[in-house]
Amino acid sequence: MSKVQRIAILVLILLAIIFPIISQNDYFIHVMTLSFIWMIGVYGLNLLAGYTGYLSLAHAGFFAIGAYSLGLLTVKAEMNFWPALLLSLVITGVIGFFVGLISLRTKEHFFAIYTLCVGYIIYLVIDKWDSLTEGVRGLIGIPAPANIGPLSFETLQSHYYLVLFFLLLVVLIMYRIVHSLSGRTYIAIRNSEDLAQTIGISTMKNKLTVFVISTVIAGLSGALYASFVRFIGPDIGSIAIVFDFLTYLLVGGIGTLSGPIVGTILIVVLSQRLQFLQDYRMLVFGPVLTLLIIFYPRGIVGAVVSWTQKRKASVHQPIIRAKKLPEEQVKEG
Amino acid sequence: MEILIQQLFNGMTIGSVYSLVALGLTLVYGILHIPNFAHGALYMMGGYITLTMMTKYGLHYWLAIFVSILVVGVIGVLMERFVFHPLREAPPIHDKIAAIGILLFLEAFAQFVWGAEFQSMPTPYGQVVQIFGLTFTMQRLLIVISAIVVMILLTLFLKKTFTGSTIIAMSQNREGANLVGINTNRVAMLTFMISGGLAAIAASLSAPINLVFPAMGQLVILKAFVIIILGGMGSVPGAILGGYILGFSESLGATYISNDYKDIIAFVLLVLILSVKPTGLFSKGGH
Repeated sequence: MSKVQRIAILVLILLAIIFPIISQNDYFIHVMTLSFIWMIGVYGLNLLAGYTGYLSLAHAGFFAIGAYSLGLLTVKAEMNFWPALLLSLVITGVIGFFVGLISLRTKEHFFAIYTLCVGYIIYLVIDKWDSLTEGVRGLIGIPAPANIGPLSFETLQSHYYLVLFFLLLVVLIMYRIVHSLSGRTYIAIRNSEDLAQTIGISTMKNKLTVFVISTVIAGLSGALYASFVRFIGPDIGSIAIVFDFLTYLLVGGIGTLSGPIVGTILIVVLSQRLQFLQDYRMLVFGPVLTLLIIFYPRGIVGAVVSWTQKRKASVHQPIIRAKKLPEEQVKEG
Repeated sequence: MEILIQQLFNGMTIGSVYSLVALGLTLVYGILHIPNFAHGALYMMGGYITLTMMTKYGLHYWLAIFVSILVVGVIGVLMERFVFHPLREAPPIHDKIAAIGILLFLEAFAQFVWGAEFQSMPTPYGQVVQIFGLTFTMQRLLIVISAIVVMILLTLFLKKTFTGSTIIAMSQNREGANLVGINTNRVAMLTFMISGGLAAIAASLSAPINLVFPAMGQLVILKAFVIIILGGMGSVPGAILGGYILGFSESLGATYISNDYKDIIAFVLLVLILSVKPTGLFSKGGH
C-alpha cells in the first residue's frame, strides 16, 4: 500500500466517523447505515464473483437466511442479540457449506443457474413456511443489539457506529484474504481453473472456503439489516436484492477492494437524488449495468486504476515501471 | 380418474408454454453459448405488446400476436447487435451480467409504460368445449395445438431449409460454420429473432389464462432454464420434452402434493439433477 493510499484510507475512515456529528440529519444517517449494510453484503458477493469468478445469484437468499436467523432467534427464541448474531452466522455458514458442496461441482452457466434456483427456493421457503417465518406478514419487533457493558445501541448514531465497525472489520478481512496466498489462489482459480489444478491447487477446497466465507458475510449483512430495520419480510430474499448487489458491485468495480464501497455509495446517493424515479430507477441502472460491462468491465475503480497505471507508465522511466508493475498487478487482481 | 385426465391436460397446456420459451432459450444457447437471462423479459414484452395491440389498436388476436412476434424479434436482434455481439470475446460472467442489465431495464420499462397492475388479456376463444365428457376451455386447446404447430414448423425449418441448417451448423461448430462460408453474424441475429418470436408466441398464448404484469417472465424464465438443463443445453428436442415433463410434474404435483409448493418442484428437480450430474442431463460434453 502506498503512502497516498494509506492517508486516503485514514481520511475516509475519519470522514465516516465524524459523519453523524457533522450531519445532524437523521435521515442521512439512516441512509448511510443502510448503505454500509449493503456494502458488507456486496463484499461477500465480490469475494466469490469478483475474485474467484463464480457468479452466485443465491446471495440474496443467504442475506435473508442471516436476517431471518437473527430475527427468529431474538423474537421467537428470545435470545440475547450477540449470541443470536453469532449463531445466525453459523447457521448461514452451515447452509452455505452444504449448498456450496453441491453447487460448486457445477461451473459457469450451470453455477449461475443453479444458484439462481437455490436463491429462489430459499425465497419460496421463507414465503410459504408461515408457521416459522410468518410468511408474507413478515417478522416484526426485532430488538436492537443488546448493550455491551456501558455501550448501548438504542440510538441511530450508536447503531451507525456499530455497522461501521462491522464494515471496517469486513474490509480488513477482505484485504487480508486478497493479499494472502489464499487470495492469490482464488484469483488463480478465476483466471483458469484447469491451470490452478495443474499447479497443485485443490480447487474444490478453496472454492468451498470462499463460498462459505462469502455466504457468512452475506449473512452478517442480513443480520445487521434485520436488527437495524427491525422488520423483515420475504422480499429481502427476492432476486431483485441480488440484482441490486450486482449493480453496486459492477458499478464500483468487480474484483477490486474498494469497488463495493464506491459502487454502493454512488448508487445509493444517486437513487436518493432520483427519488422521483423510484420503481423506475432500473430504467437508468439497467442500461448502465449493461454498458459498464461492455465498456468498463472492471467498473469505476477498475477504470481509474488502469488510467493511473497508463499515466504512470508514460511519466516514469522504464526501469522504475518494470519494478513497479508486478506489485500493481497483484493489487489490481 | 377424471381429475387425473383434467390435470394431465392442464400439464400439457403449461408444458406447451414452457417448451416454447425453453426452445428460444436453447436455440440462443446453442449458437452463442450464453444463458440469456433477459429471455423472460422478452416473454413479458411479448405479452404486453399483444395486449396493447388488441386493446389500444383493436387488432384481432392473431394479428396482434403477429405484430408482437415481429416487435419482440426485433428487440432480440437489437440485443444481439448492441450487447452480446460486442461481448463475444469477453469472459462468460460478462454476458450474464449484461443480460441481467437488459432484464432489469425491460421490466422497469414495462412498468413505466404499462403500469405495475396485473392486466388480463381478452380472448376471442373463451368458450368451453366438451370432449368425451371432459370440459376444456377453447383457449387451452388453442395453446396446445398452436404450440405443437409452431414446434413442427420450427423443426421443419431447422431440418429442411438451408437457412435452418446454417443455424444447426453454427451450433455444432462456430469456426467450422464460418469456414464453409456461413455468415455467422447473420445467423446469430436470425436466431435471436426466432428466439424472441417464440417468447412472444408463448406469452401471447398463455396470457389469457394467466395475467400480464411486469414480472410475469421471472418464474417462466427460471423454469425454462431448468428445462434446458433437463433436456441438455442447446438441444431442440430436449427443450420440447423437458417442457412437457415439467408441465406434467407441476400440474400433478399441484393436485396430489401441494398447491402452495408447486413452483418449487421445478427447482428441486433442477437441484437434484445438477447435484447428480453437474453438467446437466444429456450434455454433449465440452460445453
